[in-house]
Amino acid sequence: MSQEGLEVKEPQLDLAAIRERLANSKGREYWRSLDSLADTPAFREFLHREFSNNATQWLDHVSRRRFLKLMGASMGLAGLTACGISQPEKIVPYVREPEDMVQGKPLFYATATALSGYALGLLVESHEGRPTKIEGNPEHPTSQGATDIWAQASVLDLYDPDRSKVVAKRGRISTYANFLEEFRAAIGAERPRRGAGIRVLSTSTSSPTLATQMRAMRQTFPDARWYQYEPINEDSALAGAQLAFGRPVHSVYRFSEADVILSLDADFLLTMSGRVQYGREFARRRRPSPEQQGERAMNRFYMVESTPTNTGAKADHRLPLRAGEVEGFARQVAARLGVNVPQAEGGTVPEAWIEALVADLGAARGRSLIIPGYNQPPAVHALAHAMNQSLGNVGRTVLYTEPVLAEPAPQVAGLRQLTQELAAGQVHVLVILGGDPAYTAPADVPFQANISRAAFSVHLGDYGPDNSATSARTVWHVPRSHYLEAWGDTRAIDGTASIQQPLVEPLYTSRSEIEIMSAFSSRPDASSYETVRSTWRAQVAPNLDFEVYWRRAVHDGVVPNTALPPIQPALSGDLASRLGAPMPVSAGLELMFHPDPSIYDGRYANNGWLQELPKPLTKLVWDNAALVSPALAEELQLNNEDVVELRYQGRTLRAAVWIYPGMPGNSVSVWLGYGQPLLGRVSAGTGFNAYNLRTAAAPWYGGGLEIAKTGEKYTLVNTQDHHTLAGREIARHVDAEEYERNPEAVHELAHEPEQVSLYPEYAYNGHAWGMAVDMTTCIGCNACVVACQSENNIPIVGKDQVSNGREMHWIRIDTYYTGTDLDNPETIMQPMFCQHCEKAPCEYVCPVVATSHSSEGLNDMTYNRCVGTRFCSNNCPYKVRRFNWLQYHDKSIESLKLQKNPDVTVRERGVMEKCTYCTQRISAARINASKENRPIRDGEVLTACQAACPADALVFGNINEQGSHVMALKNQPRNYSVLGELNTVPRTTYLAMIRNPNPRLIGEGGSE
Amino acid sequence: MARRVQPQKPLVVQRANPPVLEPTETINSVTDRITSAIYRPTPLGWYIGFAIFFSLVMVLMYSLTYLFIKGTGIWGINIPVGWGFAIINFVWWIGIGHAGTLISAILLLLYQEWRTAINRLAEAMTLFAVACAGIFPIVHTGRPWLAYWLLPYPNNMGVWPQFRSPLVWDVFAVTTYGTVSLLFWYTGLVPDLAVMRDRAKNRFVARIYGAFALGWRGSARHWKNYNIAYLILAGISTPLVVSVHSVVSLDFASALVPGWHSTIFPPYFVAGAIFAGFAMVLTITIPLRVFYKMQSIITMRHIENMAKVTLVTGLVVAYGYLTEIFMSWYSGETFERYFIQNRISGPYWWSFWALMLCNVMAPQALWFKRVRTNLAAVFLVCMFVNIGMWLERFVIVSTSLHRDFLPSSWDGYAGTIWDWSTYVGTIGLFLALLFLFLRLLPMISIFETKELVVHREESETH
Amino acid sequence: MPQVFNQSSNFLARLTLIGGAATAAAIALVAFMLVRSDYATGANTPPPQPVPFSHKHHSGGDGIDCRYCHTSVEESYYAGIPPTQTCMNCHNQLWANSPNLAPVRDSWQTGQPIQWARVHDLPDFVYFNHSIHVTKGIGCSTCHGDVTQMQLTWQDKPLTMTWCLDCHSQPEKYVRPKEAVYDMAYQAPANQIELGHRLVREYGIESKLSCSTCHR
Repeated sequence: MSQEGLEVKEPQLDLAAIRERLANSKGREYWRSLDSLADTPAFREFLHREFSNNATQWLDHVSRRRFLKLMGASMGLAGLTACGISQPEKIVPYVREPEDMVQGKPLFYATATALSGYALGLLVESHEGRPTKIEGNPEHPTSQGATDIWAQASVLDLYDPDRSKVVAKRGRISTYANFLEEFRAAIGAERPRRGAGIRVLSTSTSSPTLATQMRAMRQTFPDARWYQYEPINEDSALAGAQLAFGRPVHSVYRFSEADVILSLDADFLLTMSGRVQYGREFARRRRPSPEQQGERAMNRFYMVESTPTNTGAKADHRLPLRAGEVEGFARQVAARLGVNVPQAEGGTVPEAWIEALVADLGAARGRSLIIPGYNQPPAVHALAHAMNQSLGNVGRTVLYTEPVLAEPAPQVAGLRQLTQELAAGQVHVLVILGGDPAYTAPADVPFQANISRAAFSVHLGDYGPDNSATSARTVWHVPRSHYLEAWGDTRAIDGTASIQQPLVEPLYTSRSEIEIMSAFSSRPDASSYETVRSTWRAQVAPNLDFEVYWRRAVHDGVVPNTALPPIQPALSGDLASRLGAPMPVSAGLELMFHPDPSIYDGRYANNGWLQELPKPLTKLVWDNAALVSPALAEELQLNNEDVVELRYQGRTLRAAVWIYPGMPGNSVSVWLGYGQPLLGRVSAGTGFNAYNLRTAAAPWYGGGLEIAKTGEKYTLVNTQDHHTLAGREIARHVDAEEYERNPEAVHELAHEPEQVSLYPEYAYNGHAWGMAVDMTTCIGCNACVVACQSENNIPIVGKDQVSNGREMHWIRIDTYYTGTDLDNPETIMQPMFCQHCEKAPCEYVCPVVATSHSSEGLNDMTYNRCVGTRFCSNNCPYKVRRFNWLQYHDKSIESLKLQKNPDVTVRERGVMEKCTYCTQRISAARINASKENRPIRDGEVLTACQAACPADALVFGNINEQGSHVMALKNQPRNYSVLGELNTVPRTTYLAMIRNPNPRLIGEGGSE
Repeated sequence: MARRVQPQKPLVVQRANPPVLEPTETINSVTDRITSAIYRPTPLGWYIGFAIFFSLVMVLMYSLTYLFIKGTGIWGINIPVGWGFAIINFVWWIGIGHAGTLISAILLLLYQEWRTAINRLAEAMTLFAVACAGIFPIVHTGRPWLAYWLLPYPNNMGVWPQFRSPLVWDVFAVTTYGTVSLLFWYTGLVPDLAVMRDRAKNRFVARIYGAFALGWRGSARHWKNYNIAYLILAGISTPLVVSVHSVVSLDFASALVPGWHSTIFPPYFVAGAIFAGFAMVLTITIPLRVFYKMQSIITMRHIENMAKVTLVTGLVVAYGYLTEIFMSWYSGETFERYFIQNRISGPYWWSFWALMLCNVMAPQALWFKRVRTNLAAVFLVCMFVNIGMWLERFVIVSTSLHRDFLPSSWDGYAGTIWDWSTYVGTIGLFLALLFLFLRLLPMISIFETKELVVHREESETH
Repeated sequence: MPQVFNQSSNFLARLTLIGGAATAAAIALVAFMLVRSDYATGANTPPPQPVPFSHKHHSGGDGIDCRYCHTSVEESYYAGIPPTQTCMNCHNQLWANSPNLAPVRDSWQTGQPIQWARVHDLPDFVYFNHSIHVTKGIGCSTCHGDVTQMQLTWQDKPLTMTWCLDCHSQPEKYVRPKEAVYDMAYQAPANQIELGHRLVREYGIESKLSCSTCHR
């Protein structure tokens, strides 16, 4: 049958047709996906995508290897699961039982993780000494109990089977003792030369201990140098501060205080440091005014952005601007806000837009906020400082502090200098702490080539010589300890320090940065524990008892009163002259670089959870792409999955195209971090390496890009083909004004028939669980998806399986485009998971009662009873059920077993699974409460997704109790049931998305 | 020889139509003709055919083994399209199985004498089709080794099957149908087995046939009881003709998927089944009567009558399609309207239009006697119908599922090599079994055909 | 023409018919009984242990409380198997040289844990929680039998799902006063049902029958 579908000539999206359709459509026209919009050609394209690569049954090479190992096992285990009788099993008790541990009860330890130097406080769940799950630390200012995808997934990194396990010299296995011996010798040789030949290259860090160690090192070796380099760095912000204040200044934003926000290409919800805290505070002010506490109103959010992000998707007014045009725009706004700056000629932003924006900002003096993106040039940062100053926001919505990062310095420049020194043969001892600079260095900085110039070099890295570009070049490789394996310390964006407490002994012979740096000290093999303690002992006022102080700091996960005090840096008077004339907007095509929304700068490329995590908006998995606007695709006759050659400043790179609505015209965006074939079994064969085009001069964007079609195709896989609502009121949204005028507006959008049923009602005398999802606050950050995966032992299945619609995530963030502008659509994000219907269509069709209604209203899924007819999934209108088509769980890799949550069954092939409302957590709470003869308290059960959510968009609780938090939300007039007309009576209901557009701009800036 | 209960009206063989039995046939010639098909040396053609189909059976075995080792993931099914070839083939085969009971039971009760020449073949075909169908519901499950949990039996888990689930109803419907069909077929065979026994060339063969003939001697008492038993069985299996496919249709109708959730399914599935059944009987009969020189027993009269039934049921099915389209428009409901629009013009438009061609256009040719009496033409139409009925199930199962309620979950579906090998494998199984049947058992009911001779002689003596 | 069959075949035919039916029935019956047999459930046969530990001696004779070794029974899903430490508390003095205890001493010296054979082994997809049962007045002996009489420990109950459901559907049949939970010799009083109903109310026992109560 299907074979007809394969007769596809070169498919071509007829974007003109789409554009026309949209233009002619009036009012709230819902989108088809690009493909379904453009009829025939799109349809052929559709066939092409849905037939050619979906019909595969092979796992990709990763899972295939895994699979073959398991063929036998799965059959054998089948027998076991069939009956309740299992083979005689051994019990292995402790010899000496650890104190304060109750067998079978998980323990939670406070610690912190750091990304690009900034801390996120965590509570880590440990089962009999195995860290299994990451939670946020409510005490921690950045986390406030929430987490992001990287923190959630970091526990999998700990068990990554490809992690390096042994110290190696020139690729040969060695010991740390040997290393230390040679290292000490090398250092010793530098002593007479005052360490002139010693260079340390670390990643951005805020660790007080590491900073102290560096200082100590330079006391003994005055001419030694310490460089820091990360591909995603704050060079611009730093230079911006220099421009504005003549000194390095660190900015912290307080969205909780901001009524009007202008983001200058700043993706503060997803990739910017402080994302979790900013997400929380932003969401707090995002709810419609009637739901706000106190006198506050719903905030209004303007954004100009160069590549669509979730942050932009949340904006009330979003304008796509090429990265290079943002400065000009900033100058225009600044001028109107009374900042004296030279203007660029001919801005592209509509006058009305700027007028309305400036009026809004001006009306909210001291309650407005202008935030620049780390990828914007220093001038934009300086302008933002100036504007916030003139709006009186400083000290209210914007706080300035001394830098949180240790010894901030321009990193790209630093790396270039280090490379020159290497080339010049001035470096004898090169110590690379973490990161993979050989891979992440700008293309025009030949760092990799020059590493070998140093007689002695060591890389402390996660991956060994065979898997990491840097370790492959250094003489020595030392495995780097995971943050759950070693003591350390780090600071949050507001400076609050946390002690990083290990949960396990290092799994392999690994060391931490701190332990390596001890080699410079008098006690070369000092443990990280002693070193960190001594740092803090020095900090504590002598009148305090250090042990008490220490225990408390470690226990709470934050060191009290370590937040940095605000400062009032003076804005330099001659800013105008310092800024000079605006940078000319590059003609022709512009190329932009962004950290990948899933694997960041590439450090997470071997993390299966993150590779298979659908990237926000595009929903792409396992690959990056060259993102182009529909306009550009139209102009260059490009189509999804076309392989093009990007020619940029004398370098070329082949990449697959993905058409990305909302991209500004004439610009192409690429995500960094892919194309690391060496790294490991997961990262192998994914994406293309955008670092090959990135230059030190223009690390974030630059003009002069050329695109050449190659005529080849590359399969890109995403988890959502259709972004249209097809005229169905599934994801509802109304504007704030309308909503306040008529709270019932949400329900008037669709016909909601009265619900009758032949089946008798269930009676609930105790709890009846339910959930409310607030689409207004949801920022689509995916934290819930990863949290769920980690809590519920959800496997990854590989690119090919995903391409056949077999991803296993229990949560998906459906993304729909609305509005009438193809180049600047409105975006609605709707987390979708099992709705736990009161009248569940899945329940009555299961022939073996494997899915059934629990006494507390849950839609139970009993894996061990499931025979796998898949009828339940067919009959599920939300299609939230997931099936183990093959043996997806890797039972062959020991280290991965350690991560599994012992409270959740690891599913075999052939059984259905889905969201359970974290029933294991409910059971635990129920048992605790019942033992104390009390009902479960409201908020006592947090589902994994809810706990991870920075935006409080997911609220779970008892819908049998009017006072509960969840009922407070469900009682809001904007609460509705998705597909309620089917009379499934879902227990998960949705709070419609409310936008707060400026009345003056209705019909512009992508808002109707 | 005992009489079957006589029809009220004397049987007149209209000269207009070809007779149900060529006048040249006598009691002995009938017996010779039918038994010799078995007792004469095996023709080369049989060996060739059997070899081909048996190797297809091996393909089936290989595919199933691979399936058990790896899991249903080797097929093209996915979320949202959770059912694919397996269920399509199941429904297709069950449908084909329908002609058997209809011909044997209902036509018997209606004294349609033309049935005698084809009922044995049709019944055999029914059994083999049900056998093929029966494979799929079991192997399509994720954990086939646990499929027995669908049976209600006292277990130490204290759990019963979910009796609200149509899949459980299927278990009962299909097993009942299989059992009754087998009994009916065997009962019909008994007197003929006796004939085979008596005509056997050597004692060994005689004992084999004899054992299954259950000591039939053809005494008046035997015939008396036999007729009663045969009629009772006919009575029992008559409702099954309707029940089985109605229940199967409920697998879909009871779900809320747009394109499934429809009350018209039971009648239109049953009609479709008979449609498919007769088409398949014709597909097999037409070559057979030539190969085994049975033209005088399976006359053009039979071909024409079956063609007529095919035409009528075809029209019912076509009506079903129209109603489906009309109702979905008439409902004015977003999802209903979208599904039919998507079925007609969506990515699987080709399957829908191919279906229309095969099941609606093609059978219209049978309005014309010139077509009905042209073997090649009838055979061609029947091939269209066989394919069409498969397409019908493909359209119902796949195109309904691949785009249901939430656009975010929309996806596509296409069978893999393993889907195809399993399907083709069952066709091989079906034909291999048929060949064995032709080789070992009388393909036409000897005693009933002899009755025809007797009736004819009587009607002539008057 | 000679008869194909002789007289006896009539009997043979009947025999085949009846015999066939009988065999089918017999197979069903055997299967039915087999899955419920001790052989299948593993009940009533003590598995070989590295150390011939006797509950009869320790808790029966010496009257050591269950919780002395099974420390976490009231807090955790897992009653807890004592660390070697616990054995050594006494056995570094008592029977310090007994050859039976050699594995214990070795474990203590080498730090290698003793590998006991599991006696009560529920399938991995069953999540049983000791703490809630003992705090709600379900006695140890209700599920484990009177271990004070067991020289070597064996599984006393079938541990089949029906067996679990029996109590979960009618807890009043088994619940006992909290103070008697660890009383191995406890005998249900004559008015058990009446007492049971009272205790169920008193202890707020909500015996769950949902699938997710035990399966996740």
